[in-house]
Amino acid sequence: MIEVRNLTKFFGSRKVVDDISFGVEKGEILGFLGPNGAGKSTTMRMITGFIPPSSGAAVIGGCDISREPISARKQIGYLPENAPVYPEMLVTGFLEFVAEIRGFRGSEKKRKVDEAIEKCFLTDVRSQSIQTLSKGFKQRVCFAQSILHDPEYLILDEPTDGLDPNQKHEVRQMIRKMSEEKAIILSTHILDEMETVCTRAIIIAGGKIVSDNTPYNLRTQSSLHGAVSLTLKAPNPDEAAALIQTIPGVKSIKVLDHSLDDFRVRIFPETIVNPIAGTILSTLGEKNYEIKSIFVEQGRLDEVFRNLTAVTPQS
Amino acid sequence: MRTSEIMRNIKTIMKREIKGYFESPLAYVFIVIFLLLIGFFTFNVTSFYENGQADLRAFFYWHPWLYLFLIPAAAMRLWSEEMRMKTIELLLTFPVSVGEVICGKFLAAWLFIGICLSLTFPMVLTAMYLGDPDLGAILCAYIGSFLMAGAYLSVGLMTSSFTPSQVISFVLAVVICLFFLLAGFSPVIDIVSGWTPQWFVGIVTNLSFLTHYNSIQRGVIDFRDILYYFSVIVFMIFANALVIQNRKAA
Repeated sequence: MIEVRNLTKFFGSRKVVDDISFGVEKGEILGFLGPNGAGKSTTMRMITGFIPPSSGAAVIGGCDISREPISARKQIGYLPENAPVYPEMLVTGFLEFVAEIRGFRGSEKKRKVDEAIEKCFLTDVRSQSIQTLSKGFKQRVCFAQSILHDPEYLILDEPTDGLDPNQKHEVRQMIRKMSEEKAIILSTHILDEMETVCTRAIIIAGGKIVSDNTPYNLRTQSSLHGAVSLTLKAPNPDEAAALIQTIPGVKSIKVLDHSLDDFRVRIFPETIVNPIAGTILSTLGEKNYEIKSIFVEQGRLDEVFRNLTAVTPQS
Repeated sequence: MRTSEIMRNIKTIMKREIKGYFESPLAYVFIVIFLLLIGFFTFNVTSFYENGQADLRAFFYWHPWLYLFLIPAAAMRLWSEEMRMKTIELLLTFPVSVGEVICGKFLAAWLFIGICLSLTFPMVLTAMYLGDPDLGAILCAYIGSFLMAGAYLSVGLMTSSFTPSQVISFVLAVVICLFFLLAGFSPVIDIVSGWTPQWFVGIVTNLSFLTHYNSIQRGVIDFRDILYYFSVIVFMIFANALVIQNRKAA
């Protein structure tokens, strides 16, 4: 597993990463979220040993990245931010170089390079020079580099940044496919991505962990979670609103829109433990209201994200 | 076991760097300019033919001055380019040590300079055609030139790690190399020796690339000269490793 213990990083006198600790087990995909400049990349750079921590440690599969850097790095595949690659090299030449540096020789090297090319859909461009490739292909070449030696630990810094929606989808599927036998940390600022890919999400802001939870639980922290959005055919909106207010379990309502005879309202429950959709349906049914649509809100991640990472003025 | 792994890593890095030279136009431009300039200086400035001597003194005389500008140009990309393209982040998170990377880069660039130097072989053939030169002395001079190139290169490699800008790296390397060169240049020595004690002049001149180069040019490879060049190279490589480690900490 990857164990991060009290990682702290100062740039000059500025604390960029502040006492971050967490662990990632095999089979987990940990999403690393936060606003720009929150310390995501810095943390990942410390985990991969690119920059040394000011204090604290990152232990990869039992090897401390500062004390046994070589054996720790052997187990890691790393995709740095913006996917750097050597522009003048050929795709195959670059991957062969990476294979050699990972210790593969001869036919094994060739097999590893071919596998990586196939997994990352690079067959069509394999004999092209990297500088002639589009951003999406460059990203995949760098991704291929990170999985070439089939590492147990994958650290991906914004793996889908700059890709089009189709490519994003492909990369996410690749990540999910690989997750069974690997521990993966990926950073992103796309909330949908975190939700579709990750099994767990850590949100950092100002260098500190502000939340460590599953994507579903994150949603439940939204003020909208469990609220019922309802569209009624109601000639008399005020009467309908008054009726809804009296339903047991309803805390408050918010009228979203009433035009002609459509009445759209959002109903907030007193507690999310007792779902109110059923009671609302039966109460309104008794009074012969025509219900056009009803929808239980899951909660909005962007709202949760904003609340968690809202900038607090530093002293 | 570990030693073979180190050698393997150095070789891998070196292979990539050599490929890097020849996959970009840089190598070819560099070779052409190097050969043109050295030919121009030898034949037109020091009048190789008119000397009437079948030796290559006129040819080797120019090496330190050409290297002053050409070798920093060959070395400036070694780290700067990695920083500019951010590939340094890949390189330093691969399972290789900083020392292995630096040695690989240095040896690749040194080999490249060696290739350029060996392409001057028509000079030797010309001298042999014209007369009966002392081939032992010529070999000595080539070895001296190659060692000196290594020292220049180690300076350029180190300054290249200071900054992502190749221009700044180039200028810094030229300035530092110029100091190493002028410390042994006779007009400069004459000025200094007028008002400083003899032992001080001795230290300064012995620090110079030029002093040791001239000593080897006489046709004798002295152990002290070899030791000098290797200590400059080792010192610069260590300094380079420190710069890279501390840049990471910054």
